[in-house]
Amino acid sequence: MAEALHNTPPVLPPEMARPAEEKAVSPWKEAWRSFRKNKLAIVGLSIVSFFILLAIFADLIAPYEYDATNLRNKNLAPSAEHWFGTDEFGRDILTRIIYGARISLWVGTLSVAGSIIVGSALGIIAGYYGRWVDAVISRIFDILLAFPSILLAIAVVSVLGPSLRNALIAIAIINVPTFGRLLRSRVLSVKEEEYITAAKAIGMKDSRILLHHILPNSLAPIIVSGTLAVATAIIEAAALGFLGLGAQAPTPEWGKMLADSRNYIIDAPWTVLFPGLAIMLTVLGFNLMGDGLRDALDPRMKN
Amino acid sequence: MTQPLVKVENLKKHFPIKGGLLGKQVGAVKAVDGVSFFINKGETLGLVGESGCGKSTTGRMLLRLLEPSDGKIYFEGQDITELSTGEMRKMRREMQMVFQDPFASLNPRHTVEKILEEPLIVHGVKDKAERKRRVKELLEVVGLNSWHAKRYPHQFSGGQRQRIGIARALAVNPKLIIADEPVSALDVSIQSQVLNLLQDLQKEFDLTYLFIAHDLGVVRHISDRVGVMYLGNIVELADSEELYDEPMHPYTQALLSAVPIPDVEHKKDRVILQGDVPSPSNPPKGCPFHTRCPQAFDTCATVKPVLQEAKPGHYVACHLYE
Repeated sequence: MAEALHNTPPVLPPEMARPAEEKAVSPWKEAWRSFRKNKLAIVGLSIVSFFILLAIFADLIAPYEYDATNLRNKNLAPSAEHWFGTDEFGRDILTRIIYGARISLWVGTLSVAGSIIVGSALGIIAGYYGRWVDAVISRIFDILLAFPSILLAIAVVSVLGPSLRNALIAIAIINVPTFGRLLRSRVLSVKEEEYITAAKAIGMKDSRILLHHILPNSLAPIIVSGTLAVATAIIEAAALGFLGLGAQAPTPEWGKMLADSRNYIIDAPWTVLFPGLAIMLTVLGFNLMGDGLRDALDPRMKN
Repeated sequence: MTQPLVKVENLKKHFPIKGGLLGKQVGAVKAVDGVSFFINKGETLGLVGESGCGKSTTGRMLLRLLEPSDGKIYFEGQDITELSTGEMRKMRREMQMVFQDPFASLNPRHTVEKILEEPLIVHGVKDKAERKRRVKELLEVVGLNSWHAKRYPHQFSGGQRQRIGIARALAVNPKLIIADEPVSALDVSIQSQVLNLLQDLQKEFDLTYLFIAHDLGVVRHISDRVGVMYLGNIVELADSEELYDEPMHPYTQALLSAVPIPDVEHKKDRVILQGDVPSPSNPPKGCPFHTRCPQAFDTCATVKPVLQEAKPGHYVACHLYE
């Protein structure tokens, strides 16, 4: 073998030994590096992590029971005992907000995860197989997108009945076409890449090409819009809660808290202020993080 | 005579042009319009022609990456146009491809190791240690270092990437390699390295090449026989030396006269072709080249010449030699 290679100059001169710190930089590591440099993105990540920690350790952190009523203490202003005050039933608002983080994050991430799984599967199938499959799936997406999303969610919930779980399902359904279209367009462009032709030339099956080549190369945009979609999903869940179609009393859902307290907006503004702030902060956190991820993962932003 | 490794008969690829409200077929782009040739075991057949003449389409049809519209492809005597998708997938073990663009043909998210391992996985090498060993071996065969395996494609130069592409094609020990302009995207200084590598590998592994290129010098260097394509047809096919020394077809003559000769004293009659290549969706009647041929006569405009043996081993499709 050595003889046959005689004519081939080695790519590197032989004396150039393997560099001591030879590290392969994977595209993900590179993205993390540029994400870290983005201050706003880190702020977003911190806010999101903060709420995640609140949600996980709610039982340990919360000073009271979220459903412990005390009618003598109703609508108390913020004080050392009740940092965020109390609501119309004398429940501690801080406690309810901490538990509310659990619900909002749960609904946000789970519904988006559902939309991603269903939407991606449909989008990949539509993009890869094309023809009538594509036509049918794309028309379904078009129909879903033709409705204003919150209206569609209300319709779905009114069919299924108002509950937190059904609100989650409704939000998942209305986000399916977003991810479906995203994946479909990614597949359409990745499919034409030459390394896909190369994969076919090697003799790979369609399923392997889809899972090992097309899906990983479509992951970056899913992560970005997934993060941004969590923010919208949280707002939508709050909106459904506000309308009485989501979480039911006494579940400490932020939108529901807003709705229940809106009669006291003049006399006890803290009952409305803090749940509103919580929603705003979480959504802001997810949005900042999503923007940062987009900048980090978009190859065109690289220098 | 021994059986050629590949024999192609009257291969055609027509891409439909759809138009109108109902998407009816209103025409066809005749990218490849009846091509026949054979490749003997162990030889290199060069395929040259300007862009759009159908040479890459021909190469892709041999692997059935594009389905032929008509014609037969025999590989070791077996007609592969009849194979089912599944059978064809197994057949791909025997025939591999090296792509033109070494940047686009490697998945940017996979390490070199994964890229080279994949053909082995697909073709049923189950033992992981065996695969790793083979990846190392492949990298060394193409002149890279085994520790390059952990790197990503973007960490290599164009020439190195093309070596990876070649290693991938070699992974399954194919008999035939279709090299679709493998050096066109590389610097001239790197081109010769990659060409030498291809030649060394041919000797070592007894490979057969279909070498597609538009650079006449490159093709002459590597090919045993050369076919010249024009507008979806092979117009001339001969031994490499013969073709370059005594081109018969007026198109080949014009092409060769355009090759620059590095000699200031050298004066040469250049055949300057007039006009453009006609559209393959509406090729001229008769000889496809007659619209630009300096030696065309009446018959050329009406009768399409067939590829005939004008001299032993020298095929030409031209009415001048009938």
